[in-house]
Amino acid sequence: MLQGTYDFIKGIFEPLGDYLIGSQVPVASSFAGDIDALIALVAFFVGFWALLTYAAFFFLIFRYREREGQRGQYVTGEEKNLKRWISYPHAAIILCDLVIVFMAIMVWYDIKQRLPEADSTVRIVAQQWAWNFVHPGPDNQLDTEDDINTFNELHVEQGKTYHYELVSKDVLHDFSVPVFRLKQDAIPGRIMKGWFRPIKAGEYDIQCAEMCGIGHGIMGARIMVETPEEHAAWVSENGTGKLASR
Amino acid sequence: MAEAGTVTETHAAHAVHHEESFWSKYVFSTDHKIIAMQYMFTGILMALIGGYMSYVFRMQLAFPGESVPLYGVVTQGEYNSLVTNHGTIMIFWVAMPMLIAAFGNYLIPLMIGADDMVFPRINRLSYQIFLISAIVLIASFFVPGGGFGGAWTAYPPLSANAEYNLTPLGSTLWLVAVALEFVAFLLGGINFITTLMNSRAPGMKMHDIPMVLWMIVIASILFMASVGPLIAGAVMLFMDQVVGTGYFDPDRGGDPILWQHLFWFFGHPEVYVVLLPAMGIVADIITTFARKKLFNYKLILYTAFATGIISFFVWAHHQFVAGIDPRMANVFTITTLIISIPIAEMLFLYIATLYGGSIRLTTPMLWALGFLAEFLIGGITGIFLGASGSDIYFHDTYFVLAHFHYTFFPIAIIGFFAGVTYWFPKMFGKMMDERLGKIHFWGTIISFNFIFIPLFVLGAAGQHRRIYNFQNFPDLAGLQDLRVLATTALVVMLAFQAVFLFNFVMSLVKGKPAGKNPWKSNTLEWTTESPPPHGNWPEGLPNCYRGPYEYSVPGREEDYWPQNVPPDTAPAE
Repeated sequence: MLQGTYDFIKGIFEPLGDYLIGSQVPVASSFAGDIDALIALVAFFVGFWALLTYAAFFFLIFRYREREGQRGQYVTGEEKNLKRWISYPHAAIILCDLVIVFMAIMVWYDIKQRLPEADSTVRIVAQQWAWNFVHPGPDNQLDTEDDINTFNELHVEQGKTYHYELVSKDVLHDFSVPVFRLKQDAIPGRIMKGWFRPIKAGEYDIQCAEMCGIGHGIMGARIMVETPEEHAAWVSENGTGKLASR
Repeated sequence: MAEAGTVTETHAAHAVHHEESFWSKYVFSTDHKIIAMQYMFTGILMALIGGYMSYVFRMQLAFPGESVPLYGVVTQGEYNSLVTNHGTIMIFWVAMPMLIAAFGNYLIPLMIGADDMVFPRINRLSYQIFLISAIVLIASFFVPGGGFGGAWTAYPPLSANAEYNLTPLGSTLWLVAVALEFVAFLLGGINFITTLMNSRAPGMKMHDIPMVLWMIVIASILFMASVGPLIAGAVMLFMDQVVGTGYFDPDRGGDPILWQHLFWFFGHPEVYVVLLPAMGIVADIITTFARKKLFNYKLILYTAFATGIISFFVWAHHQFVAGIDPRMANVFTITTLIISIPIAEMLFLYIATLYGGSIRLTTPMLWALGFLAEFLIGGITGIFLGASGSDIYFHDTYFVLAHFHYTFFPIAIIGFFAGVTYWFPKMFGKMMDERLGKIHFWGTIISFNFIFIPLFVLGAAGQHRRIYNFQNFPDLAGLQDLRVLATTALVVMLAFQAVFLFNFVMSLVKGKPAGKNPWKSNTLEWTTESPPPHGNWPEGLPNCYRGPYEYSVPGREEDYWPQNVPPDTAPAE
């Protein structure tokens, strides 16, 4: 039931989400579209209220500007017939908030709270001011001899579900992939786990999204989303445990 | 009342018997009006410094690597330090002193009909500590290693460990400055709350208090209730920096996330600490110039209390993706969206106040209306960030930056201009020039929107904050036109501030005399001389007979009815 309602509302706002965000930033992960639709839903509700408020605001300024020989009215704001101009919008806003909360939590639950079965796991090691990526290699297991270590370059396969293990060597960093709509802080001393499923092949930015010191501004990396064939070729080429070079 | 009368006589006698020296009158004064001026001018000075910083780093973003006129080439470390201290200064050394301390000190005794604050010496101490804190902060830019560059939120381990931030002295001085500033505002806050509760004019009941004073006092209560955990956190961070403890160091059993909780437990109420005084200033201005009673005074007051209370339960929406338990995000999404309800209602009530008015678009009224129009954008864009799902994408992007500038700019800058143009005649006894005031208003408002609307677009395109050169990111490099547009608009906006400074100085010198009550307003500060003498009402303190917003009362000749006029007599002027 919950899922059905969610899918129904999401369906309504998907085209607007594509227009607002998807047209600027590629939709490259399985949940990027969900976030775009949520942003569209919020934009629709707050846009509606903003337009209504501006209309009332400018109308009142224009309608009640100072006129020769006309005094202001004495209104306390406690009159019943006037108070409903506040109380009806008040109730309507509560309803809008409920819808937004529901949709936001459904999206959040899917991306951050659950962990679907993974096809593969990558380790992301952040440090001042670079990204190290550990790919599982041909045997699809981390911490084995054929792991592929790369520097500022993460290779993933389109259509596979990945788990990530995000760690930091020194200060807080944040692994952010805008085209995935994914963001997670890296905390020294902890392993942050999460997931993503790339759906669109291409080469995209990874940014550090947490102030991490002088070199924060250069702490970028690239993520290569490859088709299964490309990825298989890359793995067999580099699956020797040595630092991959390109 | 006998007591208050005695105090007034003492003040009057004081003024007659000996002329005070420059030092005791303007520098070591205990007069609330002088202390307010000290806060205001220090705030303006710090705003100029903060504005200059924004000019330097915006120029770097628009023209990366090129030498910035009046500065030079910006290095990465300098960029971080400029961004960090711009934020710190604008919140702690501009918004707070100008809105709470300057207007609080100036208005509270004058609007409640008292001769001064209840603790004048604590008041003086408050400013002196504030001044020291400002000096410490400025000094931190010039120590070896440079100023602190770990963002105004100062997340450890970066802020705790010189090995990581490379500013061993700068980060400690920054922390000490912020802690001193808190002490100054705790002292000020005690004074505001006590004075409002104890020194009101005879007859001034709870619902006769002008809204701006309620707002300043609610803000002071919020500040006092929220700052404790952060002061504790600041002490721990100081120990981590200087003594080498490990409160926030995960290698030694500490937890960096702890700081984030302590910081934001204070940091989010802090938004409302500065918002409410600005809302209060706007309330007093729109009633005066719409010649209207405030629409449902009590409901506005309750929404302010509700906002204040709920603001203590929303802090972790800053930390959705910071590594807190993901289930917690759901709770904070709910509380964050709940807080939109009283704030939206408050805004509706303000707009409803315009209904049935007779609106005069003077400069202060333009600023007050400008506040409502711009803050609305700040409010609605907050919903995107409070909803956990969409915050995953927007967190730490320029969307956040544009959002909080649409809240803090209306609060700190528009709110200040509204207040200062409205109370300038009372403060200095002269009118400001309306034509220059309007040029300044439109120049500032239009260029402000041209700065931050492009930044919303950049944020939606995935551009992250605190990055000194976006040419390092292939997906973002192409959006340079928008960055240049924002920077150009900033330079234009800063240039327009010269109009204000010119108007300010020229009006001081050549402005028309204001008289006691140039705006035909009701509140008590307009019943004494402009500027008010030492002791405020040398002939005796006023009484209060009614609420502050009795405009356009039917059956009366004048459309205003000052609070001090006894019932059934014509207004004094």
